Amino acid sequence: MPKRTDIKKILIIGAGPIIIGQACEFDYSGTQACKALKEEGYEVILLNSNPATIMTDPDFADRTYVEPVTPEVLRRIIEKERPDAVLPTLGGQTALNTAVEVAENGTLEEFGVELIGAKLPAIKMAEDRTLFKQAMGRIGLDVPSSGLAHNFEEAMEVIKSIGFPAIIRPSFTLGGTGGGIAYNLEEYEEMAIKGIDASPTDEILIEESVIGWKEFELEVMRDTADNVVIICSIENLDPMGVHTGDSITVAPAQTLTDKEYQILRDASIKIMREIGVETGGSNVQFGINPDNGRLVVIEMNPRVSRSSALASKATGFPIAKIAAKLAVGYTLDEIPNDITRETYASFEPTIDYVVTKFPRFTFEKFPQADATLTTQMKSVGEAMAIGRTFKESLQKSLRSLEIDSYGFESRLFDDSQESFAALTDENSTLLRTKLSQPNWERLWYLADAFRAGWSLDEIFALTKIDRWFLINIQQILEMEKTLRANRSLVAGAGEELGELLREAKRFGFSDRRLARLWSLTEGEVRKLRKDLGVLPVFKRVDTCAAEFEAFTPYFYSSYETECESAPTDRKKIIILGGGPNRIGQGIEFDYCCVHGSFALAEEGIETIMINCNPETVSTDYDTSDRLYFEPLTLEDVLSIVEIEKPFGVIVQYGGQTPLKLAVALEEAGVPIIGTSPDAIDRAEDRERFQALLHKLDLKQPANGIARSFEESENIAQKIGYPVVVRPSYVLGGRAMEIVYGQAQLKRYMHTAVMASPEHPILIDKFLDEAIEVDVDALCDGKTVVMGGIMQHIEEAGIHSGDSACVLPPFSLEQSTIAEIRRQTVELAMELGVIGLMNIQYAVREGEVYLIEVNPRASRTVPFVSKATGRPLAKVAAKVMAGISLEQQGVTEDIIPKHISVKEAVFPFVKFPGVDTLLGPEMKSTGEVMGIDYEFGPAFAKAQFGAGVRLPKSGTVFVSVKDSDKEHVLQPVNRLVELGFKVVATRGTASYLQSRGVEVEIVNKVKEGRPSIVDAIKSEQINLVFNTTFGADAVTDSYSIRRTTLMFNVAYFTTVAGIKASAQAIEAMCRETLDVCPLQEYL
Amino acid sequence: MKKAILALADGTVFHGKSFGATGEVTGEVVFNTSMSGYQEILTDPSYCGEIVTMTYPQIGNTGINAEDVESGKPHLSAFVVREAWDMPSNWRSEMSLGSYLEQNNIIGLCDIDTRALVRHIRTHGAQVGIISTLDADTQSLVEKARKTPGLKGQDTVQKVTCSEPYHWTEGVWNLETGYEKTNPEQARFRVVAYDFGIKRNILRHLASLGCHVTVVPATTTAQQVLALNPDGVFLSNGPGDPEPLHYAQENIRKLLGKKPIFGICLGHQLLALALGGKTYKLKFGHRGGNQPVRQLSGRVEITSQNHGFAVAADSMEDSALLTHINLNDNTVEGLEHKSLPAFSVQYHPEASPGPHDARYLFARFIELMENFRASQQG
Repeated sequence: MPKRTDIKKILIIGAGPIIIGQACEFDYSGTQACKALKEEGYEVILLNSNPATIMTDPDFADRTYVEPVTPEVLRRIIEKERPDAVLPTLGGQTALNTAVEVAENGTLEEFGVELIGAKLPAIKMAEDRTLFKQAMGRIGLDVPSSGLAHNFEEAMEVIKSIGFPAIIRPSFTLGGTGGGIAYNLEEYEEMAIKGIDASPTDEILIEESVIGWKEFELEVMRDTADNVVIICSIENLDPMGVHTGDSITVAPAQTLTDKEYQILRDASIKIMREIGVETGGSNVQFGINPDNGRLVVIEMNPRVSRSSALASKATGFPIAKIAAKLAVGYTLDEIPNDITRETYASFEPTIDYVVTKFPRFTFEKFPQADATLTTQMKSVGEAMAIGRTFKESLQKSLRSLEIDSYGFESRLFDDSQESFAALTDENSTLLRTKLSQPNWERLWYLADAFRAGWSLDEIFALTKIDRWFLINIQQILEMEKTLRANRSLVAGAGEELGELLREAKRFGFSDRRLARLWSLTEGEVRKLRKDLGVLPVFKRVDTCAAEFEAFTPYFYSSYETECESAPTDRKKIIILGGGPNRIGQGIEFDYCCVHGSFALAEEGIETIMINCNPETVSTDYDTSDRLYFEPLTLEDVLSIVEIEKPFGVIVQYGGQTPLKLAVALEEAGVPIIGTSPDAIDRAEDRERFQALLHKLDLKQPANGIARSFEESENIAQKIGYPVVVRPSYVLGGRAMEIVYGQAQLKRYMHTAVMASPEHPILIDKFLDEAIEVDVDALCDGKTVVMGGIMQHIEEAGIHSGDSACVLPPFSLEQSTIAEIRRQTVELAMELGVIGLMNIQYAVREGEVYLIEVNPRASRTVPFVSKATGRPLAKVAAKVMAGISLEQQGVTEDIIPKHISVKEAVFPFVKFPGVDTLLGPEMKSTGEVMGIDYEFGPAFAKAQFGAGVRLPKSGTVFVSVKDSDKEHVLQPVNRLVELGFKVVATRGTASYLQSRGVEVEIVNKVKEGRPSIVDAIKSEQINLVFNTTFGADAVTDSYSIRRTTLMFNVAYFTTVAGIKASAQAIEAMCRETLDVCPLQEYL
Repeated sequence: MKKAILALADGTVFHGKSFGATGEVTGEVVFNTSMSGYQEILTDPSYCGEIVTMTYPQIGNTGINAEDVESGKPHLSAFVVREAWDMPSNWRSEMSLGSYLEQNNIIGLCDIDTRALVRHIRTHGAQVGIISTLDADTQSLVEKARKTPGLKGQDTVQKVTCSEPYHWTEGVWNLETGYEKTNPEQARFRVVAYDFGIKRNILRHLASLGCHVTVVPATTTAQQVLALNPDGVFLSNGPGDPEPLHYAQENIRKLLGKKPIFGICLGHQLLALALGGKTYKLKFGHRGGNQPVRQLSGRVEITSQNHGFAVAADSMEDSALLTHINLNDNTVEGLEHKSLPAFSVQYHPEASPGPHDARYLFARFIELMENFRASQQG
């Protein structure tokens, strides 16, 4: 069937900010959908609040609404745009839920809008646990036995028939938020309450545990002609019990015979048909009893998912793009396969390699969080690796994570030794726990269990990981033993060593790991390897296992005989990507890499991308001319550089990951273009940086470097408390803390970090109540242009990534802005920046202090580009390729008339027990943008985009520290004028009363009940203003913040945030927030 | 593991290791793109005379079990994989792939760059190769390969067909209960199945649909078949070139119109030849479980395939209707006689291994027999 001509205008819903469970895979899918539908001539309207996405670039849709993804906003856009259809299946659970709401509240019908991709009944049947269970019953498929509960009493009733362990799954939540596994009644009671609370429909499913069963996923596509194909099968290494997003997964399925696999295939097709997903991609999850093969259906997602992104990258089959085309009526047999050109999308990809996905966690950011892996997703990103065997693929995935692991480093032994001492009892217990309780380090401990000589059966009994995976790991360790035993061969560097080395490389061993085993340096291993001619080749990902010729240059490395790289002799530039998403380095950097690639392509330069993050647009095979899906380590990058021989390599776009490689790459003779690695080092190295500031006569908060506790005490004394302390060379403010006095310093120095001569601690004077300013600038060596100057809403001391910010600045003097501009120009020229740079300043009493200089693309580049309409990353890429700013016509700063607010989004709800207070350590996973012509509405939009429900009326609770009291008076008064009731704790109340505010007093938690926490729980509070000082007060007010979070009450913990929220509420009370596409602002 | 060499007739050589049996063997080198189902592939008689390379690199993961067989033993000449796995993990597994090959005296070759081999075959066509653990002289191996005739023009069926007729009662497989036991007493149709190298799953499907099946040797005459008074005649899959099998073509011609006929794979090619059509050798064939086939009525089915020869579409225009084509290369996938009750498909609706999308064809055969019986009575 050809495409539909009865629809012309299609609204695509995006996924909003990056959160745990919903990351940049939905930018990838959304971008593909926008491109595919525009290509077909449809008018595309887009809604997405996330400015860091490629899809929200003004040229990917005809009208781009960077507005909150909420039913209200969607309705307003529908009203304004009158689209013919809404496509909700490419923006994750957020898009699907939002679409369901506008379908159910009659909006779609009212405006005659059709839901395409999936119809409402299909979505409901897939998402509603009861309906799904009934549907599975109709087609004769088993699901784990289960029951639903809508309140505590029902939950207690259901558990009687299910028993323990029981799995709790709240309905309609993403990434399993609020779910978990209960092993006893006590845990169950707590989880049931939390789960009901987390579900937008107050519903939980309590399920028979199939923990320890094998887990599989199938990615399925269906078209309007009822053609159904399986794109990819995925097997989870971690058995049932760990959320699939947190599991190590492998494609294709490894441990099923064809007869067993076909059962899954038949079941998936039946499910597609029964649920009634008319077109597009879906994902079905199965559990299989390893003893008898009994199959249960776990769930199905009637939309493109994280697994579809993985499946797309794993097979080369672009699921989202095809899903978009199917949604407008094409059938699979009408859509050509881009990779083979000759064949069609109506087939099932077959692969001739093994793909491993390894999740990336950031528990170090949330020390109070429980790091046990359960059915609630906790990882923030993932790396994917491709190898010809599982062993190769698995070891490549380890070094792709960028956690300073290059293989199976030992946790419990000195693995450079040939034999290991027996495990202590303590370590033996630890090992047992680490194997039996899923945790992100389990694989490394598993390796130690083999090193300790534990038997396969013992390890299987503890982990329930299929023996096939275990034996593969065992074989890697046997190879490790062989390598160690043959250390003596290294000196001779003969043929025997060559063969051993080749065998080791075929097992996926990295040079770094070999260096460790042989007590050599990485460079020595590399030289040895090259001397012996042990070099990788590059194979193509082609969807068809070489049955047809592949035209898409999508590569992975392997140690085989034939290389299919076929590099061209064009002028080419390699862009190094950012690797797996993590807090502090996410989609913003992928955005920059993609823009770099687009810009260079415009200039006729061949672009080559290296990255290992399957969620991203950068790893789409048609983003760059050539794609290498490889780990971002020195070894892997050098191998590609040696084959491609590029004109230049760009290291400043992928965040800290490629930047860390810059010096080593340059030493190896790789042409780094843009800012020189030496300049990067001048900005990163503390002492060289100080010299630079001295030379330019720029001001910095007083500071010092401590290599012991005593030194730190002296420095802190000298510069005066409060001080900011942090280890040197950190990303995203790792282990950074504001220290107010000696006792806290002592605790920090002893518990948080151990200062030593190799690991010095940096101590800075903390500028209390200063305004922080972020600048992104462009420089070509001659001209410097401000990309954007952003004023933070939260005061200095809160990590810039966690702070809301405004462009242009809303309260800085012109003279201050001029001074910031002047300093930026001086720094850029002195460092010789070629490309982008980011500077953070603090302004106090009109004085400008330099906090930090990053001679690279920053997290704010996409936001600034959206706000100003100037594609900074593109301009900078062209600068790096030698096209000056003047030649590009970029010589003036752009200061937009509209106001753009960026707000951060946090994962606290996923981590019970974690405080929500912000500090110098970055904790946010994503961001949203609010745009309007005034600050109030722009801030309000940013809040709604971030999921904060700002009230227009009701009760505000105020409890602030003494020094803040006078500052909150004005915003509180405003709210009173707007009709808000005020409740406050005693101290705050007496201050407000003394200033004439009518206040009701409420108990602090320790003052007895009913307390403020009770008031929040009984939904008497609509807004919380709470600032604290000192460790005790922080502990006291913890339960307030946690309760507001669980009950989704808007809360602000800084004076600046309080003021801004009052302005926003005022704007909301004045008028309905309007919606306006980006294209109209620019 | 012993060193082993694969040498192709065009002089290309691959050095690897052997698993399974050792020795020296020749065969036409082909590749299969299925990611699962190696045991069914090993035991499919259609691979007789072929050295089969699996494109998926990890083979042997689930071992070998007693159930997943398509005939009594492996028929292929040799088996080539990237990594041969010897410690199977699956609740049904009974022995490792290597032991199985060794027991059946089949040479396995592993640790070669199978993708390079597949690309070579794709570019240069399927050709004769030799695998040896005995001879390390590559020149001499290439010579031996050159001297070995390919499958074209050979009657390979004689190597795999049964020697005596037999009855078949086992039905299709099910996870809980294994293979169904059918009762031939209750069979509604009598089917004679020509064994050109038949896969058991075809017989299982027929049995489960209520057929009393008599399997007969490839050379059984039309008169002998008619003497059994069947409701329908089935033409099985099998190895090699259909062209030299004149005896089979002759018998089919005699049966046409007298009994409903259903042919699969080689059986399909033989039916086409019997109808006056032509067959030709494909460059490297279709072997795998992901081949898209379009029913001319619309729907696309994902099919399991295993053939090196195909029917020339233009040779059939007079006698048969084209019912199915391959979406990738437009080759003939299904035919139906314009007036007589006979139809055939190039691919494998019995799957095993592969997707089950085309199972409806067995029901179509039943329907054809039913209608034919009704027309005879009426």
